[in-house]
Amino acid sequence: MSKPVAFLSSSVGRKMLMALSGLFLCSFLLVHLYINLFLFKQDQGAEFEMYGHFMATYPLIRPLEIGLFAGFLLHGVIGIWLWIMNRRARPVRYSVSRAGDNSTLSSRIMWATGTVVGIFLVIHVNGFFVQSRFITPERPMFEIVREAFTNPWLVAFYLIALAFLAYHLKHGFQSAFQTFGLRYSRYERLIEFVGMLFWLLVPLGFAAMPLYFLWAY
Amino acid sequence: MNFTLKIWRQKNRTDKGKLVTYAVSNIPPDASFLEVLDVLNGDLVRKGEEPVAFDHDCREGICGSCGIMIEGRAHGPNRKAATCELRMRSFPDGDTLTVEPWRARPFPVIKDLVVDRSAFDRIMQAGGYVSVKTGQAPDANAIPVPKHHAEEAMDAAACIGCGACVATCPNGSAMLFVAAKVSQLALLPQGHAERKERVERMLAQMDAEGFGSCSNTYACEAECPKQVSVQHIARLNREFVRATAL
Repeated sequence: MSKPVAFLSSSVGRKMLMALSGLFLCSFLLVHLYINLFLFKQDQGAEFEMYGHFMATYPLIRPLEIGLFAGFLLHGVIGIWLWIMNRRARPVRYSVSRAGDNSTLSSRIMWATGTVVGIFLVIHVNGFFVQSRFITPERPMFEIVREAFTNPWLVAFYLIALAFLAYHLKHGFQSAFQTFGLRYSRYERLIEFVGMLFWLLVPLGFAAMPLYFLWAY
Repeated sequence: MNFTLKIWRQKNRTDKGKLVTYAVSNIPPDASFLEVLDVLNGDLVRKGEEPVAFDHDCREGICGSCGIMIEGRAHGPNRKAATCELRMRSFPDGDTLTVEPWRARPFPVIKDLVVDRSAFDRIMQAGGYVSVKTGQAPDANAIPVPKHHAEEAMDAAACIGCGACVATCPNGSAMLFVAAKVSQLALLPQGHAERKERVERMLAQMDAEGFGSCSNTYACEAECPKQVSVQHIARLNREFVRATAL
């Protein structure tokens, strides 16, 4: 068996793809958060628009965009595949389960938090990306954001979805490093520390935006 | 002490099976869980009923034969203990305990609480060995092994193959078992010659048996009677990358 085939045909190889795509999506979250922080600048979105324009027109961004969609797709498809295989591994369930005694809730419900984040993503991409790129490209992004986040129901929905994202990242970030075999080494405490910063601060940063718009406008 | 036991009864592999309630009384607090089943079986035999089938052998936590899900916990609520080492003082008097066999597709129930764990044997046959001619014992210093490698290999070798890791894993994954076996040999010079083939073959057999995949819940480490650490799973993952991607 050739090496790539051996890698992909193993459940461990598929898990590594899951971890790789997950960390790739994490890197996107950082870029997304960085640009969105310009929403807080008191310039009626001028600098935010500049970045938005760059993202929409700079030619090198297109392949990255396609890569990002592929990353989401890969993460979702392998996730569903692993979930089905894992369900099949236990056809008869226990009548009494005390899973809370030996593992964290966040680690056991990755499939559920991931599904919620996935559904949120479809709504989110439709509400902002599709609107600004295809439907009303002439409209400033800042306007679309302001209109969306002055709707308290939509803000509530975003906050709930971000809580699910945080919970997904709480397990996912450090779990990816275990899958690569990098935990339980000299990096263990660093991974845990960065993991905690990541799952707490990134969703909080995103959550601050709808709350700010609801409060300021 | 008195207990109500709801025990999984299943005649054979094809029987559907169900939980049956039994009462046991006058149990000394220091009795092991398996001894309670012995007492119950004595009662059942005297009444002319079929005794409850369960696996057991050494009854001192080293053979890996016993393994029962007790009230939703593999080997019961205590840590670092196999079912045979579980004492009834761990439960409040008058408690109701649900007793089930290990549940996983590669571990089919043979009868009552007995499951077929030969999937583990087949994983071992796929690569859990060192195929060298054994001659005389080598000189103690002929093969240098760093102290911490020897210690970690010994910790991995403590695995008794009971299957609690599979039973407790939400995915029915055998990664901790396979990791313990791969890690033990990867850490020692004797295992180095075949380390790439070993990890590939053992993982392929693990997948072929129908075990789930690891999602790093670490429930296995928590329930392992020998406290085999999930750091061995990290090493297994590294061994896998070394064999298939480098």
